[in-house]
Amino acid sequence: MAAIEQQGAASGRPGGSPGTSFGDRFSMRTRRLVWVWSFLALPILFYAIIRFYPTFQAFYLSFTNWDLLRPAKFIGFANYIKLFKDPQFWKVFKNTFTYLIVGTPISLVVAFTIAFFLDRVRFMHSFIRALYFLPFLTTAAAMAWVWRWFYQPPPIGIINDVFGMLGIPQQPFIRSTDQALFSIMVTAIWAGLGFQIIIFMAGLRAIPGTFYEAARIDGLGEWAILRKITLPLLKPTTVFLVVFSSIGFLRIFDQVYNMTTNDPGGPLGSTKPLVLMIYQTAFNSYAMGYAAAQTVVLFTILLIVSLLQLWILREKK
Amino acid sequence: MSEATRLSHGKVRPGLIVTWTVLFIGGLIMVSPLAFMFSTSLKTADQIYDLRLIPAAPTLANYIAVLADGRFMRWFFNSTLIAVIVTVSNCFFDSLVGYTLAKFEFRGRYFIFLAILSTLMIPTEMLVIPWYLMSSQLGWLDSYWGIMFPGMMTAFGTFLMKQFFETVPNDFIEAARVDGLNEFQIWWKVALPLVTPALSALAIFTFLGNWTAFFWPLIVTTSKELYTLPVGLSSFAVEQSIQWEMIMTGAAIATLPTLLVFLVLQRYIVRGVMLAGLKG
Repeated sequence: MAAIEQQGAASGRPGGSPGTSFGDRFSMRTRRLVWVWSFLALPILFYAIIRFYPTFQAFYLSFTNWDLLRPAKFIGFANYIKLFKDPQFWKVFKNTFTYLIVGTPISLVVAFTIAFFLDRVRFMHSFIRALYFLPFLTTAAAMAWVWRWFYQPPPIGIINDVFGMLGIPQQPFIRSTDQALFSIMVTAIWAGLGFQIIIFMAGLRAIPGTFYEAARIDGLGEWAILRKITLPLLKPTTVFLVVFSSIGFLRIFDQVYNMTTNDPGGPLGSTKPLVLMIYQTAFNSYAMGYAAAQTVVLFTILLIVSLLQLWILREKK
Repeated sequence: MSEATRLSHGKVRPGLIVTWTVLFIGGLIMVSPLAFMFSTSLKTADQIYDLRLIPAAPTLANYIAVLADGRFMRWFFNSTLIAVIVTVSNCFFDSLVGYTLAKFEFRGRYFIFLAILSTLMIPTEMLVIPWYLMSSQLGWLDSYWGIMFPGMMTAFGTFLMKQFFETVPNDFIEAARVDGLNEFQIWWKVALPLVTPALSALAIFTFLGNWTAFFWPLIVTTSKELYTLPVGLSSFAVEQSIQWEMIMTGAAIATLPTLLVFLVLQRYIVRGVMLAGLKG
């Protein structure tokens, strides 16, 4: 690949290298460039039309009152002002961050604990790993219905049936404004756990065994090894999973939509995340401009989370 | 085998047995939603209050009823077709672009790489409104192409493939050039076979992502014949309201293919997830 660059320099000074070799090399370089751009032509078109243009259009639409019927009119920051004054938005904002702030630490601690111990188990290792990993391969929309069935009041709902057998009082789960959000969160954690366990195990495997040997020679206990060696060396993996999981919770939709179809985001909006609000604003109310402003807010939040990841990883490296 | 012998050598600490047991029970809890879904799909309506995992009188009647309806067959077909086409497209274009960015030096290479990478920052949710507008203007609403077009190439796949093509030795490519292969043939016949682990990881992720996709198909389809399986299942479940055995049958049909593929390809899938997770 360096060869082409040298030839590029050569072609910059015509007549520099005399004779037929220049002509041959020049045509070879041109031919290769033709290949490059023919490989890239369709993808460039795709990214321009399907990714970049819509991105700018989303920003533009967020400053308009477009509603599918009348032509879009520029209204400045009116959508954003309306959004920040809308109590429903702040409720949705709070819900979305509850999914994130409660869900991410719980799922990461559980995933790490399982990965940490599973890594030591040799007997039927891949079978047990498969048990934890299988939920990751399921369709969220389908499993939302399974969990919805689990959460039903007795005698239909299995969880309440088991509670009954154990003498635990019946719980309303997704029918209660206090419990619904957490019930849905459990479904989302369950679905994502397998992925996090696999990634944690890959991270654990990547730590050289000599580190542990040295620590044992120094007389460190299990707990000290975990705190002083495993966790610090696992930091890049952990940060990646925190961001991956956070983005997942910030974009939660499939589970909420399917578990609350009678009153999407209900009861009383207690489970509604930002993406569901966007969906309803755009495709139930057809307030496209207003919905576009909400997507820009979502984009900003996701951007901050990603930049935070870069910043944390750079800090101590 | 070696695992079993290690246990029988008597070097196992009791702690490890406790760990194993706890992990095993945890694993059973993890698969219990799947187990109960399949179990209930084999029960009749009057048996669903029976909590036993093995149905007293298992029956395929629910599957026959759901499939006889015809819609599920159609949704299954739609989902398969869409997931296969999008996967093939990603494997082709993402790896071609990844290869071009990894193995050619040309003006604008870095710019194109950054431009593609930057699209990772843009969430789908932000693009659906412009995509919807574009689709309605171009008549793509409610069509297979309308469901597929946003995912035909991805920055994630391009990035993944670029990382792996960088490990292919340049000597191989030069040797192929000397042998008179053209650049497309070099990619297709020499470079691509060397990165099959990455390619299979990309294929698995793309297929899974499209098979389970819900948000965009829900928006872009309006006629039931064009629903994908997740969207169809959602509408079916709303319609069935409290007929849980039918809903579980539908959910089982939507879940079964990916689980079966996993059972066959477990090693490759786990490795693929590790590859993609660590490199991506």
